[in-house]
Amino acid sequence: MKKLAWTLGIFVALVALLAIGLQLNPREVPSPLIGKPAPAFDLPLLTTPDKRFSEKEMLGKVWMLNVWASWCPPCLVEHPVVTRIAQSGLVPVVGLNYKDQRDDALPWLKRNGDPYQLIVFDPNGRIGIDYGVYGVPETYVIDRQGVIRYKQIGPLTADVVQKKIEPLIRELNGAQ
Amino acid sequence: MRSSLAVLLVTFGLAVQAQDSALDRRVANLAHELRCLVCQNQSLAESNAPLAQDLRNEIREQMAAGKSDQDVVDFMVQRYGDFVLYRPPLKASTVFLWAGPFLFLVLGFFLLFRFLRTRRVAPPQLSDAERARAAKLLE
Repeated sequence: MKKLAWTLGIFVALVALLAIGLQLNPREVPSPLIGKPAPAFDLPLLTTPDKRFSEKEMLGKVWMLNVWASWCPPCLVEHPVVTRIAQSGLVPVVGLNYKDQRDDALPWLKRNGDPYQLIVFDPNGRIGIDYGVYGVPETYVIDRQGVIRYKQIGPLTADVVQKKIEPLIRELNGAQ
Repeated sequence: MRSSLAVLLVTFGLAVQAQDSALDRRVANLAHELRCLVCQNQSLAESNAPLAQDLRNEIREQMAAGKSDQDVVDFMVQRYGDFVLYRPPLKASTVFLWAGPFLFLVLGFFLLFRFLRTRRVAPPQLSDAERARAAKLLE
């Protein structure tokens, strides 16, 4: 009888362990960049190639960096969510067009709208590597000191924005 | 004159090629140690994901620029975390990962010995009558 209880106990514990394991998302690799300064870049703009932009210009502001590409279907899925945040005026949203081509990216923006304050162009993905990008879309929340405070891997959803991003941005804006 | 020039060119060409293949080997060796983040069960060497190609190029460029293997590994870990390493470092958070198999081995032996000990039954005792019968049979 005692033996049966033991066996059953171990079995239940194992099932619980596996159940938890199945709930976890293996694609969500914790980023070592959280709490670190946002990697430096100086890139041409997507829309006006003769102008450049560096992350240093955002120092003193809480801002969001959204990595996207026209070839990435989930980017299209999250686009309305990104648009809503940008239009709410809560936070400036800078786009990073990742491993894309102007001829594809510009028509994409025309079709789906361009909510970004500006978009930097990273055709070979070199800056993407510095930011540890491995699955577009990815979104970073960066504080006034230029430190990465949050990273979203995969599309932003209304739920994530409401529960994580908005409270975080309010907190960062409040702590002056 | 011309032939010696040709020999020189060929030798030089071979030397460059040898250097290149040594670099290739170094890149390949390291790429086998690093996990591709897109296809997580493949190494950077095996994966055909565009990011894996970019990262292989990155490794090659850094090595060609004279960086050591450790420099390249540090570069990757800084960006993607320990997750890129197929051999994670021994840290407080990975102690169980490293020690776990040995703990389970010890636990297994412990249970095995306990099981064997409880299973050992006392040798059967013969009653006097049985003993007499056995003696008779053995005569």
